[in-house]
Amino acid sequence: MATHDSTRDINLHSHGGVDGSTDVRTVQVQKSLMTHNDGVAAENRMRFGSRLVLNIVSSPGSGKTALMERTVRELANDLQVGVVVGDLETDNDAVRIHDAGAPSVQIVTGAVCHLEAEMVARAVDNLDVEGLDVVVIENVGNLVCPAAWDLGEDLRVTMLSVTEGEDKPLKYPRIFKDAHAVIVNKIDIAEVVGFDRAKALDSIAKVAPAATVFEVSAKTGEGMADWLDWLRARRVEKVERLSKVTVG
Amino acid sequence: MHEFSIVMSMLDLAEASAREEGASRIEAIHLEIGALAGVVPEALEFAFQGAREGTMASAARLEVDYLPAVARCNTCDASFELDNRWGVALCPTCGTPSAQLLQGKEMQLARLEVA
Ligand SMILES: Nc1nc2c(ncn2[C@@H]2O[C@H](COP(=O)(O)OP(=O)(O)O)[C@@H](O)[C@H]2O)c(=O)[nH]1
Ligand SMILES: [Mg+2]
Ligand SMILES: [Zn+2]
Repeated sequence: MATHDSTRDINLHSHGGVDGSTDVRTVQVQKSLMTHNDGVAAENRMRFGSRLVLNIVSSPGSGKTALMERTVRELANDLQVGVVVGDLETDNDAVRIHDAGAPSVQIVTGAVCHLEAEMVARAVDNLDVEGLDVVVIENVGNLVCPAAWDLGEDLRVTMLSVTEGEDKPLKYPRIFKDAHAVIVNKIDIAEVVGFDRAKALDSIAKVAPAATVFEVSAKTGEGMADWLDWLRARRVEKVERLSKVTVG
Repeated sequence: MHEFSIVMSMLDLAEASAREEGASRIEAIHLEIGALAGVVPEALEFAFQGAREGTMASAARLEVDYLPAVARCNTCDASFELDNRWGVALCPTCGTPSAQLLQGKEMQLARLEVA
C-alpha cells in the first residue's frame, strides 16, 4: 500500500537546499473554504428537523424586520414562527419581533457583515425550536457578504424595496441567483418614488428566473396573502418530504 | 468585508492539510474562486496580508485562479459561459435565461506548496 491515498498526489521538486530540507512539494487539497461552515450548517439542519427555515437577506432598511413582524402576526393562528436576527450593533429588531408575539433571539455580530452557521447554532440554543413550525433567520443587512454562508436554511429569500433601484439584482447577482423567493417590498410608496415595476421584474427574471416573486407592503399588508400561502405550502412540503424519508 | 472570514477559514484548512502531510511551513496557497463568488481580489489579498502572521503560511504566496461563470440551458441541453458580470445567463442559442450555474460560485482551496 502506498503511504498516501490516491486523491493526494504529491510531487517533489527540489529547490536546491543544501541538505534537501527545503524541498517544496505540492499537495492537492481540493476542498471548499466553506467546509467547516457547511458542516455546522448540516448540524443546524438536523436540529431544525421538520421546521421550515428561511434565510432572509437584503440591504439595510429594505424592511426585513417589518415583513417578519407582519408575517408573525398574520400567521399567529396557524403557524408558530421563531426569529433569529443578525444585526451589527443593536437588539432593536429582536425586541420588535418579540413585541409582534414571536420568540426571537438577537445575534449582535459587531464588525462581522454576515451570519455564519456557528453563530446561528449558538443563537438556536436560546430558542425553543421544538415548539416552532417556522424559523426565520434575518441576516445582517448586506447583499454581498452573507451569500456564501449556508446557515442550515431550506430557503433563501432575497428582498429589495422600491426605493433601491430597479437594477439591484444585476448589481448583486450571486445573492439574487441563489434566492428561492425574491420579495419586492414597500409597494405602498412605489408610485411616489417613481418605481419602474416592469424594469425591476425584468432584472429579477433575468438573474433569478426560477425564483418566486412577491410584491408586498409590510406596512399596509398589501400582497401578504400570496407570501403567507407560499410559506404554508413550503412548510407542508417539507413535513411531507421528511415523513416519507422516515417511513420508507 | 467578508474576505477576512474567508481568509481565516482558508488558513485553518491550509494549516490542517499541511500538518496532515507532515509539512512545517506553507510556501504557496492556490485558490480557485468563481467569478460570481462575490470575492473582491484586492480585499482577499489585503485580508491575507493581515491574517497570515503567526501561521504556517506567514511567508506564503497567495495565488488565485478566477473561474468564469458557466450556466446550463435546459431547453437546449447545453452549457455556456456568461458574457457579463451581472449574473445574467441568457442562452446564446435560444435566449432563455438560465437559473442553473454549473460553475462560478467556487471558493476552493485547490492545492498547497509546502516544505
Ligand atoms: N412605506 C413603507 N415603509 C416600510 C415598509 N417596510 C418597512 N418600512 C420602513 O423601512 C424602514 C426599515 O425597515 P426595517 O424592517 O427595519 O428594515 P430591515 O433593516 O431590512 O430590517 C423602517 O422605517 C420601516 O418602517 C413598507 O412596506 N412600506
Ligand atoms: Mg432588521
Ligand atoms: Zn437555450
